[in-house]
Amino acid sequence: MGVKPLSPFDLSIAACLLIVLGLLSRRLKLGLEKQLAVSALRTTVQLLLIGQVLRVLFAHASLAFVVAISMIMLAVAGREVMARQHRRLRGSQGWLLGTGSMFISSFSVAFIALAVIIANDPWYTPQYAIPLLGMLLGNTMNGISLSMDRMTETLWQQRQLVEQRLLLGETGSEATAEIRRQAMRSGMIPIINSMAAAGLVSLPGMMTGQILGGSSPMDAVKYQILIMFLIAAGTGFGVMSAMWLLTRKLFDDRDRLRLDQLQSSS
Amino acid sequence: MNDLQVSDLFFQSRGPYTFRIAPGQVAGLQGASGSGKTLLLRAISDLDPHQGQVRLGDMAREQVPAPIWRKTVAMLPAESFWWFDAVGDHFQVPVQDIEGTLQQLGFEPDVLCWEVSRLSTGEKQRLAIVRLLQNNPRALLLDESTASLDAANIECTETLLLDYCRLQQVPLLWVSHDPQQLERVADDQFYLESDGTLQGVRGGRHGR
Repeated sequence: MGVKPLSPFDLSIAACLLIVLGLLSRRLKLGLEKQLAVSALRTTVQLLLIGQVLRVLFAHASLAFVVAISMIMLAVAGREVMARQHRRLRGSQGWLLGTGSMFISSFSVAFIALAVIIANDPWYTPQYAIPLLGMLLGNTMNGISLSMDRMTETLWQQRQLVEQRLLLGETGSEATAEIRRQAMRSGMIPIINSMAAAGLVSLPGMMTGQILGGSSPMDAVKYQILIMFLIAAGTGFGVMSAMWLLTRKLFDDRDRLRLDQLQSSS
Repeated sequence: MNDLQVSDLFFQSRGPYTFRIAPGQVAGLQGASGSGKTLLLRAISDLDPHQGQVRLGDMAREQVPAPIWRKTVAMLPAESFWWFDAVGDHFQVPVQDIEGTLQQLGFEPDVLCWEVSRLSTGEKQRLAIVRLLQNNPRALLLDESTASLDAANIECTETLLLDYCRLQQVPLLWVSHDPQQLERVADDQFYLESDGTLQGVRGGRHGR
């Protein structure tokens, strides 16, 4: 059983719902109608574009092509991590830090999954590699941006407390251990919660898609379990390395708290 | 016995500052608010980037890791901060090592079991002194350290800090808004002008 194709007319019916929502938002003075329109437009254009790219990619499964697409995805995810920070590292170092952490975690986890667990021939078969990496990057990006934001915000608020600890002879890493732990937790809680609720409260998106696409529910479920584990591991490793790198950036070689490395986004 | 030598200290377009505090001597520092007294202490304890040298005896600051330097040349900020729930968790030494200090400041050893949230500002500040002295510092930098205390507590705090300074022969830099306090405690006095220049004061209250 194949998936029933959607016509542009079908999609425009769904779009009407958004128009109603936009009108309501204006009526209630939520001020969201512009954002709603832009986001809806972005989702349409971006997904149509990636559809075209994937169509070409699946037709010519070359490693170079897969790597190129992955790098673009990584760069965009890195930009997104930066954009979500209220106080971000100055210059390109914040982008590098987020991107580096995502690279370490998402790419290594994706590689293990593709080469060892799924073990297609070739291992980089784009039908598997690109969606898998996409899901990993998306979730790791969320986790890393949440925890970085939490860490910089808490440090900003508690700078006097942290400096008090430095004055008593603690290193930067010791003085921020608890703040770092909290930040790591806040980055990992969403995926832990969604693992706990999976199947009971919500049917995860990928599994829903597979079932709609005609896979047997049990096959879809097994893939979903795999994805959940990969996402949890990828997010966890990504958050940990981001926090480690961020601590190193925010303290200099004399263990001084350098909040001047941060700039406010507003 | 080590003196504290500050030479050509320069930070945030202030300075250069050069002075020396002998072992067992108290240097009092006054100044207009915003003149950079706290910044000066922060630079000496290496909490802010700066240029210039600071030495304690023959130990140059660059020779030791920053946490060791800050334990040795210890700064007490105007406001104290606490991060664990219980007072005692902030102390790493056995209770008998700090019992005497606690008693001098009017605490029984069971204060270590108290919750920090129950402490008054003044109690926190006095306990912060005990917390600072547990590291056995070889120089002290006090930044308005008695501002939150009442008269009786100011007296026992001054006595404790002066005794520590004399007995251990450590140099002490005492920043205060209160000219009378500096009259009582300081051997030498300095005044930090609002433009950041440091003036020596010879005895008596400074006229500004």
